[in-house]
Amino acid sequence: MMRALKRLSPAARLAWVGLLTVLAGVAFMTWNVRAGWAFTLPFRGEKLVAIALVGYCIAISTVLFQTLTHNRILTPGIMGFDALYLLLQSVLVFSLGNLFYVQINAQLKWLLDVAVMTGAVCALYYWLFVRQRRDLHLLVLVGLIFGVLFRSFTSLITRMMDPAEFDALQDVMFASFNQIDGSLLGISLLVAAIVSALLWRARYAYDVLNLGDDPAITLGLDQRTLVMRTLVGIAILVSIATALVGPVTFFGLLVANLAYALAGTHQHRYVLPLAGLLATAILIGGQAILEHLLHFGTGLSILIEFGGGLFFILLVIRQGRRS
Amino acid sequence: MIEIRNLSKRYGDSTVIDNVSLDLADAGITAIIGPNGAGKSTLLGMISRLQSIDAGTVHIDGLDITATPSMTLARKLAILRQENQISTRLRVIDLVTFGRYPYCKGRPGPEDLEQVQRALAFLNLDDLAQRFLDTLSGGQRQRAYIAMVLCQDTDYVLLDEPLNNLDMKHAVDIMQLMQRASQAMGKKVIIVLHDINFAACYADDIVALQNGKLAFQGHPEALITADKMKALYDIDMTIERFKGRPIGLYYA
Ligand SMILES: Nc1ncnc2c1ncn2[C@@H]1O[C@H](COP(=O)(O)OP(=O)(O)OP(=O)(O)O)[C@@H](O)[C@H]1O
Ligand SMILES: [Mg+2]
Repeated sequence: MMRALKRLSPAARLAWVGLLTVLAGVAFMTWNVRAGWAFTLPFRGEKLVAIALVGYCIAISTVLFQTLTHNRILTPGIMGFDALYLLLQSVLVFSLGNLFYVQINAQLKWLLDVAVMTGAVCALYYWLFVRQRRDLHLLVLVGLIFGVLFRSFTSLITRMMDPAEFDALQDVMFASFNQIDGSLLGISLLVAAIVSALLWRARYAYDVLNLGDDPAITLGLDQRTLVMRTLVGIAILVSIATALVGPVTFFGLLVANLAYALAGTHQHRYVLPLAGLLATAILIGGQAILEHLLHFGTGLSILIEFGGGLFFILLVIRQGRRS
Repeated sequence: MIEIRNLSKRYGDSTVIDNVSLDLADAGITAIIGPNGAGKSTLLGMISRLQSIDAGTVHIDGLDITATPSMTLARKLAILRQENQISTRLRVIDLVTFGRYPYCKGRPGPEDLEQVQRALAFLNLDDLAQRFLDTLSGGQRQRAYIAMVLCQDTDYVLLDEPLNNLDMKHAVDIMQLMQRASQAMGKKVIIVLHDINFAACYADDIVALQNGKLAFQGHPEALITADKMKALYDIDMTIERFKGRPIGLYYA
């Protein structure tokens, strides 16, 4: 069995995971249909697309972030994306009041979220890379510190809120796959597709980057430009996922490492799609089981974070043992 | 021709490359020697655009390295650094194939694969081609890295202590291979060596660095002398002759 698995070509492995994803999708769409197809299919379909998109964005951004940093236990979350998102939300709630916050035009707020998060990464990048000529590790470190700063600001602001405002904020503080705003799907899909197409063009360059920064430059890669463009792409993908469901931290780690193990190759042209499919399959399959088998309304985000967190600890322990 | 003019590099207050000017000819083997911390790796790093230049210029075949596209340089110059750490699990053959990236951009054609096979054969790696790098011995891994650099098929080949971890036979093999590459294929090999006797036997030209400064450049015959070695390494050396080349004895 293991032997046969080992002999599978990367393309065949990709196909199998693709099949798994389709099965998960079919299960999610057709399991336990009570309300009639005409209602169920569009209703579930929208949710399916949203969950798939979130999983995809998290997976791709994590794999690429790990390629840039040459580190397999980092996720873009370490740069304080989720902290910035939460700060932004709490500032909005606090300054606009909870009634107005809930009524804000969803697309407008989406645009603001994505623009602020992407803008922050670009600004940080410009300052560190272009002005100070420092390396990526310092960027990650500074992002980490900003994350702590943002979190402190957030807790400061929440302390000054009245309970109703705090309540409105609570809803966005934790990831939720149940209240995805369908009106954001179109634009999210479009932006994710454009970003993916641009990133996909560098799929061979990412293989080279994986060798390390020095070998990559030796082999002719314009490493700084590639890193900068990729970071912007990562920022956009993370923003899309966060704006749709809220902050998800550890899940990317889980799928990225599973994808490396399952792909059987280092090549990004297999690893990237495989990670995207795997994330989709896990999220949709998990949601199908929770919703239709166990009849839990919520909880998927808690479960995947639990699984991801556990996996993170395992990775750290294993690395510690190796060195 | 590599022309280095008034090259300097500082870390904080300490100057690790201090106003070095140097011409490296088009063919032959140049050995760079000098004590630990003399600045050999830094010099190589700057020539190969991996480390930034604080002052001065480097021109390769007339091209200013700070103003030339990286991909153009990748077809002219390849470097093996002193330390190599790869975080992904790679097979030897995949690593060596990366050497063709400047030409095939990740999609190797038949010619590229032929070059890969030749490089593998050159370094006695045929049997190890499908092995993962992390399952190799230090010397086998070093040979895999050298194969990758050769596969890049550049006019200039820079090697920073490539004989690290190699047994005597493989060290001699590598030096003979470099000699063939420079004589038969007209390549320029610039190689950092700690064993001055390898430098004496194979180099056409020796560059000695000391405290970031150029201490000496010239033929082995002129450099491998008891006085100069005493000045460079602060060690008493007896110079003998072997096959028409000077050999330094310093083991006891
Ligand atoms: N990032 C750094 N910060 C500060 N000093 C540095 C840095 N990198 C190198 N140096 C210093 O620069 C000097 C030259 O280093 P380099 O690595 O070029 O020496 P080397 O001649 O290659 O020595 P070795 O034979 O040990 O490899 C050393 O004194 C080293 O301590
Ligand atoms: Mg060195």
